[in-house]
Amino acid sequence: MKKKDLPQDKSALDVLTKEICYVKNSEGKYEPDLSSGWSVKIAALDNAWDDINEQVAAAKKAIRQGEKSPIYYYFVKTLMDFQVLSGYTGFWKYSIKKHMTPSGFKKLSDKKLAKYAQAFDITIDQLVNFKVE
Amino acid sequence: MIKDFKHVQTAHCENGVITSLLRHQGFDFMTEPLAFGMGAGLFYIHIPYLKVNGGPMISFRTMPGWIFSKICKSLNVELDRRKFKNQIRAQKYLDQKISEGIAVGCQVGVYNLTYFPVEYRFHFNAHNLIVYGKENDNYLISDPIMEEVTTLSTNDLNKVRFAQGVLAPKGHLYFPKKIGRIDKTVIQKAIISGINRNTTMMIKAPGSIVGVTGIKRTANKISTWRDKLGPRKAGLYLGQIVRMQEEIGTGGGGFRFLYAAFLEQAADYLQEDRLMSISDQFTKAGDLWRSSAVQMAGIYKGRLTEQKDYDAITDIMTEISDIEKNAFKQLNKLKLK
Repeated sequence: MKKKDLPQDKSALDVLTKEICYVKNSEGKYEPDLSSGWSVKIAALDNAWDDINEQVAAAKKAIRQGEKSPIYYYFVKTLMDFQVLSGYTGFWKYSIKKHMTPSGFKKLSDKKLAKYAQAFDITIDQLVNFKVE
Repeated sequence: MIKDFKHVQTAHCENGVITSLLRHQGFDFMTEPLAFGMGAGLFYIHIPYLKVNGGPMISFRTMPGWIFSKICKSLNVELDRRKFKNQIRAQKYLDQKISEGIAVGCQVGVYNLTYFPVEYRFHFNAHNLIVYGKENDNYLISDPIMEEVTTLSTNDLNKVRFAQGVLAPKGHLYFPKKIGRIDKTVIQKAIISGINRNTTMMIKAPGSIVGVTGIKRTANKISTWRDKLGPRKAGLYLGQIVRMQEEIGTGGGGFRFLYAAFLEQAADYLQEDRLMSISDQFTKAGDLWRSSAVQMAGIYKGRLTEQKDYDAITDIMTEISDIEKNAFKQLNKLKLK
C-alpha cells in the first residue's frame, strides 16, 4: 500500500487514537503512518454490532415469553460466552444453563445472585427485578 | 518509578511491548517490523468447526505470546514472567517491580479496558501493555496501540489483569531480567532464524488448514457460502474475516505489509538484495488482501449479491496463496546462514 492510498475514514477508535499502518513512501521505502480508519472495516464492525443488538432484542423477547431468565439477557448483553461467565462466577456451564431458565433462576440463593450481579457489573436488584421494556 | 519512559506506538501490541521494553534497555535498533519478523509472526490458519463470535476462526498471526518468546530466545533475553492465583499478590508484585524502576509488561483483557471505545471492547484476553509507574491510585500505562500514554486506576488494572475466558491472563506479567550481548551477528542470526521458522510454518506445515494451503482452502469455501449460508450469514462471516485481517493491530493487509517492511530491513542487515524483491511480493500479497476486503465489504454492505461476486473473492485469495507460496519458496531457496 502506498502512503497516499492510506484511508482516513472516521472510525469509532478515532476518539482514542489513530492507528499505525505500514505504507510505502514516495521513495518506495516502508514507513509507519497513522490512519483514522477505513470504511471497509468500519462497516464490518458495524455489522457485527447490528448482529449483537439483534441478539439482545431476541433475548428480551425470550424473557417476555417466559422462555429465559435475566441471566441469559445479561449474558448476551455483555457479549460473554460460557467460559467467560464460568470464570467470573465459578459455576459450571451446566448450572449456568439451568440458571438461564425462569424456573432455575427462581431457585437461586442471594449468594449466587450476588456472584452473577458482580460478573455482570450490576446490582442484585437489577437482576431480580428485571423489567423488559 | 520511571521518569523518562519513552512511549513507542506500534501497529500490534505484542511487537510493541517487546520493542518498547528492549528500547527502554538501550537497544535502539529494535523496530516493530524487526520484532515481527524475528518473532516469525506471519501466519494463516483457518480452524474448522470452531467459531469465534459466531464466525469462522481465522487468524493471520501466530498464537499470542509466540512472537515474544521467539525473540527472547533469539536475542538471549532472559525474562522474569509469572502468573498469579491471587489478585492481591499480583498487585503487590507489580507495585514492587515498578518501585524498583522496572517497566513491566502485562497481559490484559480488553472488555473492561476503560480507555478503549466501547465498540472495540470484546472479551479478547491477549492484549499487552506496559506499566511504568504509579501516581496515587493511578498506574501509568504505555499501551502500544495508542499515540500517547494513559492511566488506569488500581481497580481497573486489577480487573483487566484478571479478566476471564479463553486465554485468561491470570495476572500474567513479564520483564527482561537479563539481556546478553546483542551485536550485529546476533541480530543477523535472529533475522535468519525468524525467516526460516516462518517459512516452515507457511509452506512446510502439514495439513490443509495452516499456511498457504489454508488460504486456498478458505478461498474455496467462500464460493460455497452464498448458497450454503445465505447472504446475511455469509456477510457476517466475511465481516469476521475482514476484522481479523484489517482491524487494529495488523498494520494493514493481514500483517503482510509489516512482513514486507521486515524483509526490507532484513535486506539491509544481511546485505542481501534478493530480499528486496521478495519484500515486493509480500507488498503485492498485502495489496490483494486489501482488495479482497473491499470485495467482501461489497457483500456485507448488501451491494454485491451474486455468485460471481463470491467467486471473485475466491479468485483473489487463490492468487494470494500462490504469491505467498512462491515468495516463501524463494526465501527457502536463499538458504540464509
